[in-house]
Amino acid sequence: MIYQGKQKIWSDYQKEIPSDHWFYARSCIRQSFFPASEVYFLKICRDLLGKDIYETAHHTTCGGISYHSDTIPQETVMTIVARQFALMTEAGYKNLVCSCITSFGNYTEILETWREFPELEARIREHLWKACRREFEKPEYVAHASDLIYKFRNDIAERAKYRLVNKETGEPLRVVEHIGCHYSKMFPHKGVGGAEYPCVLSGMAESWGGQVIDYPERRHCCGFGFRQYLVKANRGYSLSNTHKKFESMEPFHPDLIITNCPGCPYFLDRWQYVISEMNGKTYGENGYGIPVFTYEELAGMVLGYDPWDLGLQMHQVAVEPLLDKIGIEYDPSKKYLGLNEKDIMRPALPSVMKCC
Amino acid sequence: MGKLYYELCKDYRFKEGMKTCINCGTCTAICPAAEFYKYDPRKIVDTVQRKNDDDILALLKSETIWYCGECMSCVTRCPRKNGAGLVVMALRTLSTRLGYFTESERGRQLYPLSKALNGNILNYGYCVHPETFKYEDHPESGPVFEWVLNHKEDVYARVGANYMKSGPGALRKIEKEDLDELKAIFDETGGTAHMEMIEEGSKKKAAEMGMEMDEYLKYTFEHCSPGHFNNE
Repeated sequence: MIYQGKQKIWSDYQKEIPSDHWFYARSCIRQSFFPASEVYFLKICRDLLGKDIYETAHHTTCGGISYHSDTIPQETVMTIVARQFALMTEAGYKNLVCSCITSFGNYTEILETWREFPELEARIREHLWKACRREFEKPEYVAHASDLIYKFRNDIAERAKYRLVNKETGEPLRVVEHIGCHYSKMFPHKGVGGAEYPCVLSGMAESWGGQVIDYPERRHCCGFGFRQYLVKANRGYSLSNTHKKFESMEPFHPDLIITNCPGCPYFLDRWQYVISEMNGKTYGENGYGIPVFTYEELAGMVLGYDPWDLGLQMHQVAVEPLLDKIGIEYDPSKKYLGLNEKDIMRPALPSVMKCC
Repeated sequence: MGKLYYELCKDYRFKEGMKTCINCGTCTAICPAAEFYKYDPRKIVDTVQRKNDDDILALLKSETIWYCGECMSCVTRCPRKNGAGLVVMALRTLSTRLGYFTESERGRQLYPLSKALNGNILNYGYCVHPETFKYEDHPESGPVFEWVLNHKEDVYARVGANYMKSGPGALRKIEKEDLDELKAIFDETGGTAHMEMIEEGSKKKAAEMGMEMDEYLKYTFEHCSPGHFNNE
């Protein structure tokens, strides 16, 4: 598309996301902590919207977490990614969609580095051939899975059973959106809205009836910091960053937080528990925390899927007060049951933060 | 130009991240690490661009290059398109390659990191995996995740994962043929050699500190000496 005038100025912030035929790559962290989010991404795209999203069992990590923890060299991570591209090529796909923000940043960084240094791309092709006897075409388009849900946000809104609205007052819910750093801080032109006006999540929240709130530390990192969380001795860094964000958003009374990086919802959820245990402080209403969701979970909630099928029982912060506020139906007695309603006990309760 | 600066120039991240720093300090202002740690990315980039080998050597042995969280907020904001985070990544790789990483407490953490992350990649196909995620190492994961870990097969089956089974799906078993390809990539591209450098350097340091490797692993994973933070 050719843009002119003001449209041209804003075109830097747009992404023309292909609407169909994607090769899907899973995430180390999302599949471990929010596995149902990956299940529901595929269910929404494939079953509800009729899209072709292909997954092969042979794909693996992109190596991004290891690379950003400095435990593997750049050529190793590049060759792992080249293997993912080879699997995509072999399957006949040209568009790659990944579940992880670190992966999205990793794929983008690698493709941009190869564009600037073609001799490095040639060396990686040689490495991949020697190691795996595979060859690859570069993807024509790399998207993060949240880009697709953003693209289909209005289709989801049309089919929604619920809206992000307080059922008692009719007021829109107050939504904090938190975008993973590697989505658009390194390569702003690769993210919807760039680094300055990122709207990948705010677009979803507004389409589904919510009101996005602004607060001073809106763009601050959640505090993962790779080695700063992964090593036990360093976790004060991670906790302090999350604490800073919650202190900053507290006066705006958010009802919920939506995230697109797999790590951020884990940290924003679990550090609320730790802050409550350490300081006795909670950030939600009536002694609860502020529930933190992946974009797949939020899409699933407005579409009316069962909250326990969406995996919301794997959160530490209780989601029930928000479900009640929206009017989402659920069976509290089934929250912690296993498959076929098997009794698998239930988690212990935190000592400060209220849970259901 | 010194020898160490020349070595840094071979790193593609350095080529991308080190252009001409004007010392404005925007990277430090935006940096989440600078707020908590005794860390100043502006000073690191300025030190490196002076090209003095003694100063770069001091950085390679320092705590400060290990404080960055690689969020890359600095890349967005630099008015001269430098990337302090990328410069730090190049410094860390050089510090590892030359064996200087064991000179700092934060550098020595490469040992538990490599064991965990590279071990997971080569054994499970992913950097993080519930099979090796221990609640005692992660009490912050909360009672809910302690419950998940105690009932892994049941909880993951309930939410639709394909836990440690063949075929596609979340948390599926990565087959041997695919793990063999990852190992071959590590061998071919220097990943294995990088792990061995970390292992060898760590063994030497553990001996110097009078520790067995198990004790060294636990110590480097858990111990935090005073002096790292701005408020100390």
